[in-house]
Amino acid sequence: MSWRNRNHPTFWAFLVHRLSGIALTLFLPFHFWTLGQAIAGEAALDGFLRWAEQPLVKASEVVLVVLLAAHLFGGLRLLALEFLPWRDGQKSLVALGGALSLVVGLAFLLNLA
Amino acid sequence: MPGQVDALTVSVWRGAAAGRYVDYQVPHRTSQTVLDIVTYIQRRLDPTLSYRFSCRVGVCGSCAMTVNGVPRWTCRTHVDRVAKDRKLEIGPLRNLPVIKDLATDMRAFFDKWARAKGQFQPPATPAADFARVDPASAARREADAAIECIGCAVCYSACDVVAWNPDYLGPAALNRAWSLVNDVRDAGGAERLAAVSGDAGCHSCHSHQACAERCPKQLNPTAAIAGLKRATLKAALTGAL
Repeated sequence: MSWRNRNHPTFWAFLVHRLSGIALTLFLPFHFWTLGQAIAGEAALDGFLRWAEQPLVKASEVVLVVLLAAHLFGGLRLLALEFLPWRDGQKSLVALGGALSLVVGLAFLLNLA
Repeated sequence: MPGQVDALTVSVWRGAAAGRYVDYQVPHRTSQTVLDIVTYIQRRLDPTLSYRFSCRVGVCGSCAMTVNGVPRWTCRTHVDRVAKDRKLEIGPLRNLPVIKDLATDMRAFFDKWARAKGQFQPPATPAADFARVDPASAARREADAAIECIGCAVCYSACDVVAWNPDYLGPAALNRAWSLVNDVRDAGGAERLAAVSGDAGCHSCHSHQACAERCPKQLNPTAAIAGLKRATLKAALTGAL
């Protein structure tokens, strides 16, 4: 089946949820490795933190925060869908989750500036 | 020709699992349905074309096909709504074996209704009186919402989980099970919940909601499946499953 059948908001929400989940799974070991640098000594961690000050790394952080927020709100939407009495307007909930994710990303970006 | 506006190029699947799309030129008329197009090809251009239809008015659920990549009931799909640049692509439903051209073998689809215990189960001893069902009760409203299915298999064809796991019961069978779970006269509840809670049952649903998106009757099998997930969880927690 072509992607034409999949072109609807709740499928895109599924895809974002799945891909953000995979991205966060890949990120977590890297995150823990970074924290582990503190055990190796202050200099090692400071060296990494200086590297992380580069603009491209900062931009990646914003993307990561948006993905984390998207995964959080997408997960809450699915939990509500599965465990609470059904409510119509699922596409509105997808839109709300997307909007909140962007707001969180924007707040993080403003905090950086 | 009366009502003719222009010509359409229609690509139609010819063959079984192996086959190819063949182009036909079909007159485009006002208020024309996709089923009208297929019928025109079969009656005027190529009588060997195989397809399935019956009522032509959206009741029987026979004429579903894949139109421009999306499963639809063809008798009530207007060409003007789906044709792009005067082109149409018409294929058989996905997730079902193709017998020939646009006709699919629906046995697996209906067998799954039986596997999901989709038949009404009366109590062992006949009820002494008529069941008094309040139409406004929550359970009856749930059953009413699910009961209008015409068995067209559009949802089954739209579902990616069926494509990934051919054993998955699918939206229509689970929707039917949910209508019976909410029928106070039915006595097959525990058996039915066991039937729909296996690896190929309701918990396999990823909530893509393609079934609800594509259902021509605007039913919501995803809501029914979510209801089954809650009912099976409750039954498991209370030891009933």
